[in-house]
Amino acid sequence: MRPYLREKTSFGFADVPEATCYEAGYLVTKNAGWRSIRPVIDAQRCVGCYQCYLYCPDGVIRIEDGKAVVDLDFCKGCGICQKTCRIGAIEMEAERK
Amino acid sequence: MSVDVRKLDTNEYFYGHKACAGCGGSLAVRAALKVLGERAVAVLPAGCMSAVGFNFPQLCFANNAIISMFAGTASMLTGVEAGLRRRGITDFHAVGFAGDGGTADIGIQALSGAIDRGDDILYICYDNEAYMNTGIQKSGLTPFGAKTTTTPAGANIHGNLRPKKNLFEIVAAHDIPYAATATVGYLPDFLNKVEKASHIKGTRFIHVIAPCPTGWGIPVSDTVEAAREIADCGLWYLAEYENGEFTLNRDPKQFTSVEAYLKRQARFKHLTDDDIRVIIDSRDKKWAKIRQNWKTKE
Amino acid sequence: MKQYLSGDEAFAAGIRLARPEVISAYPITPQTIVVERLSDMVEDGSLDAEFIHVESEHSALSCAIGASAAGVRTFTATSSQGLLYMAEGLVYASGGRFPIVMMNANRSTALPWNIYGDQRDSLALLDTGWIQAYAQDAQEALDLALMSYYIAEKEDVSTPFMVNLDGFILTHTYEEVDVPEQADADAFLPRYETENCFDLEHPKNMAFSAGPDTNYIFKYKEHAALLRAVPAIYEAEARFAKIFGRRYTGLIETYRTEDADQILITLGTIAGLSREIADELRAQGKKVGVVRIRYMRPFPTQEIADAVKGAKAVAVLEKDISFGAAGTVFTNVTSALQAAGIGIPAYNFIGGLGGRNISHKDIEQIFALTERGTERVTFIGLEGER
Repeated sequence: MRPYLREKTSFGFADVPEATCYEAGYLVTKNAGWRSIRPVIDAQRCVGCYQCYLYCPDGVIRIEDGKAVVDLDFCKGCGICQKTCRIGAIEMEAERK
Repeated sequence: MSVDVRKLDTNEYFYGHKACAGCGGSLAVRAALKVLGERAVAVLPAGCMSAVGFNFPQLCFANNAIISMFAGTASMLTGVEAGLRRRGITDFHAVGFAGDGGTADIGIQALSGAIDRGDDILYICYDNEAYMNTGIQKSGLTPFGAKTTTTPAGANIHGNLRPKKNLFEIVAAHDIPYAATATVGYLPDFLNKVEKASHIKGTRFIHVIAPCPTGWGIPVSDTVEAAREIADCGLWYLAEYENGEFTLNRDPKQFTSVEAYLKRQARFKHLTDDDIRVIIDSRDKKWAKIRQNWKTKE
Repeated sequence: MKQYLSGDEAFAAGIRLARPEVISAYPITPQTIVVERLSDMVEDGSLDAEFIHVESEHSALSCAIGASAAGVRTFTATSSQGLLYMAEGLVYASGGRFPIVMMNANRSTALPWNIYGDQRDSLALLDTGWIQAYAQDAQEALDLALMSYYIAEKEDVSTPFMVNLDGFILTHTYEEVDVPEQADADAFLPRYETENCFDLEHPKNMAFSAGPDTNYIFKYKEHAALLRAVPAIYEAEARFAKIFGRRYTGLIETYRTEDADQILITLGTIAGLSREIADELRAQGKKVGVVRIRYMRPFPTQEIADAVKGAKAVAVLEKDISFGAAGTVFTNVTSALQAAGIGIPAYNFIGGLGGRNISHKDIEQIFALTERGTERVTFIGLEGER
């Protein structure tokens, strides 16, 4: 469970609800475009220690089969994961245009 | 009971938000909600986290959440808790997330009222030490010496002239059932405190340091490091107030360098050696009091 | 059951019958008796509600909004400076479409300080998106306590409701009041059901921001909902009459206006004295009448035009002044006349500010000046003093 991208992204007169009350976790935009660098995880070295997962302000890292995996749709490229990785398994690489 | 990071709720309740990269406040909110879970009902005042989390139709909380008036975090929490209880709903957590200004300045009256009534709510103050949402103005929790846009650092005045308000002890003075300090630099400690607070009846308060890279003038990757260093150098302390007693959770044998902590941040770059001496002296006075009067528990 | 009650007590009796679940209030004269009585009712078990002792009016409304967002019926009450202190919450409650009911004891606003009645407090906040009703006696106050919830909570209205009682003159004056039976009140007022609230199974994000494009649509919908309160008011009154036998007349109440040449338009308790004087003047052969405005929002634009269209001139008497312009009621009334293409002279009489008495003679003079023609805005009773 987490907020996720929906198909309907534009809201005209008929779609705007009466009250300021709407379905929780409704996303219409990604954050990927904010990034100038991206985390790249060295799966060989990653031990799945959960540190990057724990300290990510955006919650975009999950541990799958003992390895960190990044949701690049919502990663802002802050680099906290790289700094908190105790074994140097994360590198920040420049985004290519 | 201590939180096992590996067994933490894998759901993300605060996701896709528009907080700046490296935002400490969003980390505090995200982390706390992973402990409280899907039955958290969150109240956030006008401020950074509401501005970045609730811009219709981009609604970034997976759980029930609402924006309150700036001064109304605690009073709205009171109403939410009472209303849900009246509907016969019991297993929920009414939790507030307000910044330093929303808590120690404009919201302190409502917070005091809620504690006075003993309302069954958890109030988490994420402290980034200034009004960051409006562009880094001084709040009651801005520390001595910090440059903000309303406490400029010039030849005459070196930033903020007043020390940080002692919010933790102000809250504790209400004889609140539970209060604690924390930092997003040491999340397991923070998560344990949220977990502990979630099982206590009555009003609970956690004051968590949450650096703002923009306002502090640090790289966006350094939020967690700065949030560790503030505790390591003794300018913050990890403590709890419970059953009328203060407990220090962590008593460093030796502090790291205050100067190094300050000088890595643009907001303190202007400080003179004399200014830094004042900060160190006040730290030492505070710790002498703490060590004399509070219980210590590692 | 007939009881001898003050306006405040009658209102509290009405609120008990409406069964609010969360009451948050902060004391301010002359509202205090309402919340004292409600506290007594919670204490003696005759009202099953959470009574929350908030530490300010701002928190009173903030708490009510929180409880309403949790999906329950709420009540708060205030007056004067307290109402102004919660002003931020007024637009919040209406924008969020929370059907909170609030009683306001109309009281003068500082400075100079004064605890007595005038209508500057609520009229200064006319534009905050609340339904605003003005009671003229304790019975109407009680009945509005019940009807306000019915109207506010109607799904297509879903708008907060402020019931105004003139400070002291109504809040503290004792009258015989018919207090309905609970069973009848329950038959009148359904349980509050809403989707504008938290849902633990299907979580909601509430009271959010909206950018310029959708913000504008939300605001339009808020306006349309407040206009839909008009049919809701008539529906509530018809239902009320059927169950309780008491009839109300919608947004305005007219008195001897059919063939009147001069019509005095006013609101609140002063309407009673105005009608007495109209009778006296009628006995002298003067064709005069009175319109009592019961609702300032939604505003009775059409109703007022219909009531005065045959008159030669109208007067608006109000305990209010928008400094530098005219009384707020007057501005609204003249706007209604203009909309209906009614070009008769209209005069504004300001009186009763800070609780100063509006005398028998003052009202006679208002009718005389309206017949003769006078300045656009007159502070009555100051002629000899200025």
